[in-house]
Amino acid sequence: MAEERRQKQCSVVLPTESMKAMAESVGVGQLQEDSCVALSEEVSYRIKEIAQDALKFMHHGKRRKLTTSDIDNALKLKNVEPLYGFQSQEFIPFRFASGGGRELHFYEEKEVDLSDIINTPLPRVPLDVSLKAHWLSIEGVQPSIPENPPPASKEQQKTESTEPLKVVKPGQEEKGTIQGKGQSTTTPDGKGKEKGLIRLKPRSTHELSVEQQLYYKEITEACVGSCEAKRAEALQSIATDPGLYQMLPRFSTFISEGVRVNVVQNNLALLIYLMRMVKALMDNPTLYLEKYLHELIPAVVTCIVSKQLCLRPDVDNHWALRDFAARLMAQSCKTFSTTTNNIQSRVTKTLTKSLFDDKTQWTTRYGCIAGLAELGADVIKTLILPRLTVEGARIKAVMEGPVVSNIDKIGAEHVQTLLLKHCASVIAKIRPQPDNVEQYRAEYGYLGPMLCSHVVKARTQATLQAQQVNRTTLTITQPRPTLSVSQSGLTGSGGPRTPSIIKVPSSLTLMSPRPGTPSQPSPPATKYIVMGTSAGAASTQQVITLSSSQSASPVTSTVPSATSTLQPLVKLESGGTPGLTASRPLQKYIVVSLPSSASSSLEPKSSVLPTSISSASLDGGIKLERSESPGVSTQSPH
Amino acid sequence: MAAVQGGMVDAKDELDIKSEPPSDGFGNSNANDGRLLSSSPGAGTGGTATGNNKPAPGPPEEQQTLLAVLQFLKKSKLAESAEILRREAGLPEDALDPKGTDASGSGPGLAAGSGQVDGVDASSLLSRVTVSSSAAAQAPKKAAAGEDQPDVSVVLSAYSQQGDPSLYDAYYSGLKRFIESVLDCHRAELSQLFYPLFVHMYLELVYNNNESVAKAFFEKFSGDQECYYEQDLRILSSLTKKEHMKGNETLLDFRTSKFVLRISRDSYQLLKRHLQERQNNQIWNIIQEHLYIDIFDGMPRSKSQIDAMSGSLAGEARREANKAKVFYGLLKEPEIELPLDDEDEEAENEEGKPKKKKPKKDSMGSKSKKQDPNAPLQTRIPLPELKDSDKLDKIMYMKESTKRIRLGSDNLPSICFYTFLNAYQGLTAVDVTDDSSLIAGGFADSTVRVWSVTPKKLRKVKSAADLNLIDKESDDVLERIMDEKTASELKILYGHSGPVYGISFSPDRNYLLSSSEDGTIRLWSLQTFTCLVGYKGHNYPVWDTQFSPYGYYFVSGGHDRVARLWATDHYQPLRIFAGHLADITCTRFHPNSNYVATGSSDRTIRLWDVLNGNCVRIFTGHKGPIHALAFSPNGKFLASGATDGRVLLWDIGHGLMVGELKGHTDTIYSLRFSRDGEILASGSMDNTVRLWDAMKAFDDLETDDFTAATGHIHLQDNSQELLLGTYMTKSTPVLHLHFTRRNLLLAAGAYNP
Repeated sequence: MAEERRQKQCSVVLPTESMKAMAESVGVGQLQEDSCVALSEEVSYRIKEIAQDALKFMHHGKRRKLTTSDIDNALKLKNVEPLYGFQSQEFIPFRFASGGGRELHFYEEKEVDLSDIINTPLPRVPLDVSLKAHWLSIEGVQPSIPENPPPASKEQQKTESTEPLKVVKPGQEEKGTIQGKGQSTTTPDGKGKEKGLIRLKPRSTHELSVEQQLYYKEITEACVGSCEAKRAEALQSIATDPGLYQMLPRFSTFISEGVRVNVVQNNLALLIYLMRMVKALMDNPTLYLEKYLHELIPAVVTCIVSKQLCLRPDVDNHWALRDFAARLMAQSCKTFSTTTNNIQSRVTKTLTKSLFDDKTQWTTRYGCIAGLAELGADVIKTLILPRLTVEGARIKAVMEGPVVSNIDKIGAEHVQTLLLKHCASVIAKIRPQPDNVEQYRAEYGYLGPMLCSHVVKARTQATLQAQQVNRTTLTITQPRPTLSVSQSGLTGSGGPRTPSIIKVPSSLTLMSPRPGTPSQPSPPATKYIVMGTSAGAASTQQVITLSSSQSASPVTSTVPSATSTLQPLVKLESGGTPGLTASRPLQKYIVVSLPSSASSSLEPKSSVLPTSISSASLDGGIKLERSESPGVSTQSPH
Repeated sequence: MAAVQGGMVDAKDELDIKSEPPSDGFGNSNANDGRLLSSSPGAGTGGTATGNNKPAPGPPEEQQTLLAVLQFLKKSKLAESAEILRREAGLPEDALDPKGTDASGSGPGLAAGSGQVDGVDASSLLSRVTVSSSAAAQAPKKAAAGEDQPDVSVVLSAYSQQGDPSLYDAYYSGLKRFIESVLDCHRAELSQLFYPLFVHMYLELVYNNNESVAKAFFEKFSGDQECYYEQDLRILSSLTKKEHMKGNETLLDFRTSKFVLRISRDSYQLLKRHLQERQNNQIWNIIQEHLYIDIFDGMPRSKSQIDAMSGSLAGEARREANKAKVFYGLLKEPEIELPLDDEDEEAENEEGKPKKKKPKKDSMGSKSKKQDPNAPLQTRIPLPELKDSDKLDKIMYMKESTKRIRLGSDNLPSICFYTFLNAYQGLTAVDVTDDSSLIAGGFADSTVRVWSVTPKKLRKVKSAADLNLIDKESDDVLERIMDEKTASELKILYGHSGPVYGISFSPDRNYLLSSSEDGTIRLWSLQTFTCLVGYKGHNYPVWDTQFSPYGYYFVSGGHDRVARLWATDHYQPLRIFAGHLADITCTRFHPNSNYVATGSSDRTIRLWDVLNGNCVRIFTGHKGPIHALAFSPNGKFLASGATDGRVLLWDIGHGLMVGELKGHTDTIYSLRFSRDGEILASGSMDNTVRLWDAMKAFDDLETDDFTAATGHIHLQDNSQELLLGTYMTKSTPVLHLHFTRRNLLLAAGAYNP
């Protein structure tokens, strides 16, 4: 196993330049080359020796990471004074820099303004160690509770759906053994092969336990019910619970049937609820939806392009639903499109066809454009930009011609805004400056002049943004304890939380009573870990977000489509080591003010959505936003 | 003698410490004496002792090494010790004089100067030595037997004679060609030679300052070595200077302990003939000097058989090392009258219940009544008397065991997982009381925390002043002495000054032991929640400690490579088990308390006899430091887990490896048999608990006399069949496992976000 590594491990010696540098730093000017070589060899050997001892401490500390204290202990073994002051929050405190053909690792020491430290409120005391019990297995079967990992990992579900021949269901692996009675974490690879490829997949009966049935009932009722708080809880549960794999088919059918019925009845609110369920399912990191797309995609597409989604098309904001569904569509295309299922091309084809159809109504036209636009800049460039003239003419006919109906006019207006919004940013990228109104008119027809001004705005914003992002960073402490309602109750006294022991769980509960945490919009790359204790009042819920590297860099988080107004973009940043954030009740939000247009896709929907559902619009004013490209904006609709 | 001085950093360290405060000095000097007595002075001079039960080597060699030791003792002004050693070794009075006087030059003069202090110290030491030597009855005999450890200077000087460095490459590749050309059946056996020869040749090159040749040699041939030696090779590769060799413990181990190879007679003859034909003296010399070839008659072993047993730092165990008789049977349980009337449970159950209990108890004790031939005598080691409270506990135990779930491959245990939240990766040790009422955790921040996992809270005993006030005659005096105000679920014990690596509850739940990086073992009272004793003796981190199943005794092992047996009322160890070549990483008592098993970083497991301190078993086969040990409840088998992610099963009586359980992908930190021994549970760093069918693993064995005699057994690869279940945690390494008396499995670990 180590054959390939072994070649390198021999004779790694510190460079002699390091010796020289170190000598200089302690005031020894001229060091002979020979002494340098001798020193570097000796030092390398001693360092290796210490590293080996430190490893012992790591092993006995039952850790996988070597820490500075391990090195200290190893030094103590050798009767050497430990190095003080290296208690680093981060695992490796070094920064890397390169330039001029040289690579350098250095220890970053920032200048600290003392008044800042004095004036900031003291961080809360980290939580004390506490003990918590759960059932890892009950008579050999692992229960699906949040404390346990999901029964089938996402990768496994993925292989199951993409390469069904390779997969052996748990419980069918070997007839005699009850190995499958527990869940099989043994890799199924290879086992299927041995049994030959002509292996018929036995029909599996899906039986839900009583608890699961109850859960299903509660969740679906809450999702489409009238209580918004309950719905938020239910969606949160769908988005985070690890044990839903078994119930996925039911949910999928529920959604598809629900859409079918409610489209006919033009029940906008219910359609929005159902789409939010789709979103929650997609957000669940333990579910792999590929198998259920045949039910979900038609439902989503219906919500994008249906002629009528609401009872009063002139008043109700069905446009927001179309936007949201379009975004879901784009997300599922991005995640699940493969060369076998061709989701993206099939969807594109469908949308283009109805877009090119002259008889298409404004509502459907809007949906088609939104659906295509969300698929990314390339799609806009190839499919929408060429149509701009045609669409412009059509809009002009409605706007300036004799007023046919109010509905048509609203439709045309919306299509116009949508086109301007999406096309401006793309054109700003592909078209060289200067932006001439006449050229635009010549090229894009009726929409040309408006487009031109939008493009100009987009350009100025893009340059402005780059400067602003770096400047306007301010750190605020958690404005509203949305994430830790129950926790703050416990820690409110200021002292360390009294460690609570929860006794051996007496029975298996699927529906853990959760504190009312609003559903978290979760970008796909962001990891949420939810630790919940199901013990009534003492329950705590922590949501830890590890922001991945690309979101941490300000450049990628800029919003290309932004044009004029300021829009808060919130990043959740983990301070210090992940281990510390996990325990600290205080979470740090960095609010970056970003300019964006009023019609930007990032705009809070509360202003657009009808009042009937606007109570769900914002979670305490905090929006977690992560948009790397306009096409995959993963914002939640509420 | 300069070489000796330079090379013996360790020994000098220990001598230095001796001049420290008495409490420290006692433990330490005692350790030194213990080594002298119990095994060999090698341990004192750099921790180089090997087995105690090796045959005495040829007289001249022995004398030479003895002289070296004597010289060292003289030089260090340990005149008395030198005298004793001389007397015991039967050397003539003047044996040392000619050398001794010139070596230690002004020695006598200096000794006279400080004679007062030294003399007192030495004599007090001696008095203790005699005490402990009378306890360890066989000590004198062993001291003589264990003298085959050459001194450091001897070891290093052995390298001075050598051939042409440039030819080493040719020698080695010549041998390689030869071994590759022999018949298949011999090739696997002779391939064992590669690694030790490679190491010794490399070291010889380094010793003689042929750095570049050594480097080239290493690069050329290190890739050929078995992958399980990777760790050692890494250490070796960093060693490129003669100066490095001094003070490098790993290296000294390799030099001083002969690498043991087991080779069939046929293969050996083949090799011998080849080397003689080629006149390859260089290799022959190394084989003669540094290797111990254990020749057996019979079929050469296969590659897989060899691989199963090799991997340890010093080769395989010699066959005779595992020949001693081990009394692995259980002790007879004391007869306890079951009070049948006063139990409220009986009231609701019908008459049948107490009747059932009798036969059940009989079935449990049936073997012991007949006096298991494999069981040690009841009085082989003195055990503490049963107190009334112990008897009550025994009764509770029996009551619980009647409700025990019968486990098996079709009836798996439920697992309750205790997760330590917010531990910041600082949880280093966990233990659970036998009755599963308390959980203790040792932490990197030096604290020990004790939780009650039952509704019964932890309470302290009242202060002395308050105790005076209570009515001592009242019936509930035991209840009255407790201070209700202090009741809480958690108590934190402060006292250590380094991470707590080992933790163990006493069987009666009155005490808690903890061992730490600071080199001490502390005994805590769970009545007052204060520290009672700090046991000093290990001057280096103590990796593990465990109470005997009968209480009173405990064992500890640490970085100083010795395991110590203590009694709670002695501040110095009763026995010192020296022999491991690297850190002792885990320690465990046999269920009958007569033996102690220790696992080590040298990738061996040793079983020690508590009575006389002898090493009675050496088990090799792991490819990484051993971090978990577990005895089966019947005392017949031992399971061990290591960083290599494998669990190995050993038959203690026959001294054989009987099984290998593969499946874990990371270090195994915890192993436990179910109460009746049907299931083996293993917990690992890879965040899984796995259950194995122990019954099947042991039933399938055919351990006839033949396999026992030849010492190798063919292991079938049936890990997958034996694996009954794998249970993944979210992100919690499994640090501890415990079967409750009713066979519910408790697991514990710290959540690692």
